[in-house]
Amino acid sequence: MTNMQSWLLDDSPQSRMQANLGNSYRMLRALLRNPLAVVGAIILLVLVFAALFAPWIAPHSPLGQDLGARLLPPSAAHWMGTDELGRDILSRVIYGARITLMIVALVAIISAPLGLIIGAVSGYFGGWTDKVLMGVTDVFLSMPKLILALAFVAALGPGIENAIIAIAITSWPAYARIARAETLTFRNSEFIAATRLVGASHTRIIMRHVLPLCTSSMIVRVTLDMAGIILTAAGLGFLGLGAQPPLPEWGAMISRGRTFILDQWWVATMPGIAIILVSLGFCFLGDGLRDVLDPKQEGKS
Amino acid sequence: MSMQMITSRRFWAILRATVEFVIVTLLTFVGLLAITFFIGRVIPIDPVLSVVGDRATQEQYDIAKIAMGLDRPLIIQFVNYVGDVFQGDLGRSVSTNRPVASDLARVFPATLEMATLGIAIGVGLGVPLGVWAAARKGTWVDQIIRVFALLGYSVPAFWLGLVGLVLFYATLGWVSGPGRVDIFYEGLVEQRTGLMLVDSALSGDWDVFWNALDHLILPATILGFFSLAYIARMTRSFMLDQLGQEYITTARVKGVSEWRVIWVHGFRPIRVQLITVIGLSYAALLEGSVMIETVFSWPGIGNYLTVALLNADMNAVLGATLVIGSVFILINKMSDVLYRILDPRSR
Repeated sequence: MTNMQSWLLDDSPQSRMQANLGNSYRMLRALLRNPLAVVGAIILLVLVFAALFAPWIAPHSPLGQDLGARLLPPSAAHWMGTDELGRDILSRVIYGARITLMIVALVAIISAPLGLIIGAVSGYFGGWTDKVLMGVTDVFLSMPKLILALAFVAALGPGIENAIIAIAITSWPAYARIARAETLTFRNSEFIAATRLVGASHTRIIMRHVLPLCTSSMIVRVTLDMAGIILTAAGLGFLGLGAQPPLPEWGAMISRGRTFILDQWWVATMPGIAIILVSLGFCFLGDGLRDVLDPKQEGKS
Repeated sequence: MSMQMITSRRFWAILRATVEFVIVTLLTFVGLLAITFFIGRVIPIDPVLSVVGDRATQEQYDIAKIAMGLDRPLIIQFVNYVGDVFQGDLGRSVSTNRPVASDLARVFPATLEMATLGIAIGVGLGVPLGVWAAARKGTWVDQIIRVFALLGYSVPAFWLGLVGLVLFYATLGWVSGPGRVDIFYEGLVEQRTGLMLVDSALSGDWDVFWNALDHLILPATILGFFSLAYIARMTRSFMLDQLGQEYITTARVKGVSEWRVIWVHGFRPIRVQLITVIGLSYAALLEGSVMIETVFSWPGIGNYLTVALLNADMNAVLGATLVIGSVFILINKMSDVLYRILDPRSR
């Protein structure tokens, strides 16, 4: 163990892999010193675990109706009670983890690379390319995200795929701004000039040398944005524009429970608690990651 | 440097900031129009159908198509669209069968009233909490305020609204339920500004005033909580920047009281930065009110938007998007220009 550790923390690593692993190890240790970040990481691990093994963990089927057992309060048999069709809310919340995870993953996969490339191209080339691209970015940035997503979904039609597209369309500009700012700090540095002298094409410089340097601030920003993405997706579900019934999406579940909120409070409350926990998890982890990866960004959100 | 030169330099700085503000705002506004145009006319497979509805006859359909100018090139359509919007024509709403512009003018004050009280609560609590957290950096006070602020990023507004209704209205009975006033007070007060509190106070109708406040306080507080989270977080980080400066240490060494160090030496310089933050959160509240209004049946622009969404009433959806977007942009850019004018370095 100590051998392993000293190999990882070696001041003169023998290979690139050793250096990278050593760096990751140092960051992980720094992250583990932050109690809130650890709590966040645990929450997210539980989320991933629930999503992966939902059929084995969930005590009941998420869709199976049992009208004899409708609107039961939380008990030993149904930890979170049952809804208006007698479905076990706990099982639905567990299956809902899959939907939430899918939404945040797809939004991140679409919008982060898009923003990254637009920002890097803009910062790298400068001049008119920069002016035009950043002009478009600023228009999107100075617009309310939720409203814009609502309008897009209204035109595309309700549904979970369209909700994901709408959220992705509204999230990329922030990433483009960050990528551009990062690129500007090193576009005139010597290693870029050296690469260019060796004869590397613009595409190669951007893909191999510029983008990798933008990733760490990107990871921080995406993690911090996850909470907002979850809330927007849940909001769309709540308004009936996101995931459609009978999918166990948390926002849509709250919307169904709204009718019974005064007498059967658990139907709407339980999925809400799941949303809060997962969003908080992302916030805690994002805060911790920022302190480790990108200390100069503190306080900005 | 003579006094006159300083004043004239300041004048030019302000003039420049203002001109830039106008140009940038106009450009952004055209960008917003391009987006709503794109959403309304390009994405739908058949924009005519989305306006007349699928029960329209072929004749109605053709009339609508020509009236909408859809037989012309896209760029001409866009120019016409911009012209219409600048003349205040946002089309007709399918569900209310009235011009969208007049619908929006009717519902906007309700949202304005809620968002304004919300931001007052957010600033009134958020700034002191942020300063307190910075002054006690690293202690349990700081941690609690930090978690409290992060909750503002993690709690769904509609969920908090529902829980608030159950707790404070249904269970404790501290506040009134959904809507702006009780049903028997409705229509009693003469509409002047459309702001219920102002109108009732102007006509001296204090029963209505207290009733309206009773209805307003819960949604506004919940809305305010979200701006509080952001404001407290930013205030804390601005304050930490200041408190780390050497002149603060100097003040402490001189024996200035801690209270004075924090509120005079530390807080004064960040007031200008806070203006931008408060402006941004005020704009965000107009947006956040969509969810809250739906939960509280608050007859504002957010409620109007969600009803239009459910009826696939595209003119109303785009009109509301345009109005909320414009206000958002305007506040955004205005806090920008205010910052530049008020920043002491421009003096």
